[in-house]
Amino acid sequence: MPQEISLRETYGKTLVELGKENPNIVVLDADLSRSTMTQFFASEFPHRFFDCGIAEQNMVGIAAGLAASSKIPFASTFAVFAPGRCFDQIRMSIAQPRLNVKLVSTHGGISVGEDGTSHQSVEDLALICSLPGFTVIVPADAIETVQALRVAAATYGPFYIRICRPKVPLVYSEDYRFNLGKAVTMRQGKDVTVIAIGIMVAAALEAAGNLEQKGIDCHVLNMPTLKPIDEVAIIKAAAETGAIVTAEEHLEHGGLGSAVARVLARHHPVPIEFIAIKDTYAKSGKPAELLQRYGLTAKDIEQAVQAVVKKKG
Amino acid sequence: MSLPELDPSSATLADNKKAEVFLSSAEAKPLSLKEMKTIAKRLRRHIITMTGKAGSGHPGGSLSAVEIITALYFKLLRHKPSDPQWAERDRFILSKGHAAPLLYAALAECGYFPVDELSTLRQLDSRLQGHTDRTLTPGVEMSAGALGQGLSFAIGIALSGRLNSQKHRVYVLLGDGECDEGQVWEGAMAAAHFKLDNLVAIVDNNGLQIDGWNRDVMNLDPFSEKWRAFGWRVIEVDGHDLSQLIDAFKQAKQVKGQPTVIIAHTIKGKGVSFMENKADFHGKAPNAAEVEIALKELE
Repeated sequence: MPQEISLRETYGKTLVELGKENPNIVVLDADLSRSTMTQFFASEFPHRFFDCGIAEQNMVGIAAGLAASSKIPFASTFAVFAPGRCFDQIRMSIAQPRLNVKLVSTHGGISVGEDGTSHQSVEDLALICSLPGFTVIVPADAIETVQALRVAAATYGPFYIRICRPKVPLVYSEDYRFNLGKAVTMRQGKDVTVIAIGIMVAAALEAAGNLEQKGIDCHVLNMPTLKPIDEVAIIKAAAETGAIVTAEEHLEHGGLGSAVARVLARHHPVPIEFIAIKDTYAKSGKPAELLQRYGLTAKDIEQAVQAVVKKKG
Repeated sequence: MSLPELDPSSATLADNKKAEVFLSSAEAKPLSLKEMKTIAKRLRRHIITMTGKAGSGHPGGSLSAVEIITALYFKLLRHKPSDPQWAERDRFILSKGHAAPLLYAALAECGYFPVDELSTLRQLDSRLQGHTDRTLTPGVEMSAGALGQGLSFAIGIALSGRLNSQKHRVYVLLGDGECDEGQVWEGAMAAAHFKLDNLVAIVDNNGLQIDGWNRDVMNLDPFSEKWRAFGWRVIEVDGHDLSQLIDAFKQAKQVKGQPTVIIAHTIKGKGVSFMENKADFHGKAPNAAEVEIALKELE
């Protein structure tokens, strides 16, 4: 089994490194610094860390003001609260003026687990992708998280980076290089392409391994930059494999599946299946139990692949 | 019927090269109270003409804040109209973004852009949007219009100024109705918590919001006590008295360790008889006949 690493801890440690390299980096949190792991930055640079209390709307506005005066703010809370609780603040204070704010939200998806519906963010990608000018990244493992954070810090403009609560297995080796806006081929195959983000990348690779034994040769793409999405890679995958399955820890509406379907419909229609949460809220439970209940396992991907392959002409 | 033109013989500050020196230097000869009153009247005339021509906009809450903006832009702010991004400038954040016509009038009179451009308000491709847009208009610090967001934005700028050991001050203008928004009080708590004595909020306390009097729609009282309880120094003034406003801003500069709020008691629609204390003129432009009467009253 590959090593499992916490993306939140990776985020916290990377922030400290970035803070050492660039004095303009400041960090904001909304009373969750022990969960988002911004606490590491807070201990290292107390005067550059602003705990805004349980007031996410205010935090977003303060971050925008800091960005408007040449700071590079990283603002963190749970993904249900940003963008969910402060959507209009993100829209008018960050997106419209295209300010250099980096929103890094943790606890994305249902793998949050036992805390239940109120803490499981299943709409955040739809909300944030709807905002013009936002770059949206969903890293698949700790190695990609570090690099995405570094790229966000070095690239002007509003960014949203979504990471999850549990530890996730490494899918990359240390020599991996993240390219903003580019899909990554995780596995070559010719029968069908699985396009995945976040924790579903590891599940897609597991599914591809199992399907090989059943005679289906899966191509696997990771799409770490959800917006702007890599249209060229999607069209190429559709042309070369003739069928697509998308996999994300998010509602079916407005996330990866919607974005991929839009590209395919316009440029290269092929059969497509969606692994995502189906228009419902999840409940309390262990992360693995929830992923199983709501259809987000390698086995679900395998079934979707088998179904979509049958639809190929 | 054509709209009355502004008197072309009334020279704007932008025409006066010395204005720039005054506006960016504390040592230059300040404007007299009389000169400032003349400017205030000119801003009122601009508001009427602009919104009249546009056929929409928010004259009521623009007129109520004229003296506040005059005191700031023509007396207190250190700013350079020729260099809107000057790093050491004092920041003015218009949180009640619907008072955009007033801010545009002041910026034009200061020389940020030609006064003629005011007539493009709300037109397609104009730099003067219905509500402020920091990406388009020189001198506009914040994209506003969704109420309740300006104080938080101002806090961010004030924190940045303190981190950089900069001396500039941050001013943010809120509406009283705007203070219904919960985010305002999140910001009020935070500004006091962060001890931001480089931050001054001004409330244009005209008593009216769209649906009527504040006390009937959503009672804010006891208003000054609320701010005090949140940890702010509170100064109450007649918001149409330039001397009182200037004194209040000077007092605020002496306050250490806490932010200051100036509660400026004002009259919505001030200066135009049929607009005064009328919620109707919050978001309704005067028609051509009303423009004519209003400009006559503002001669």
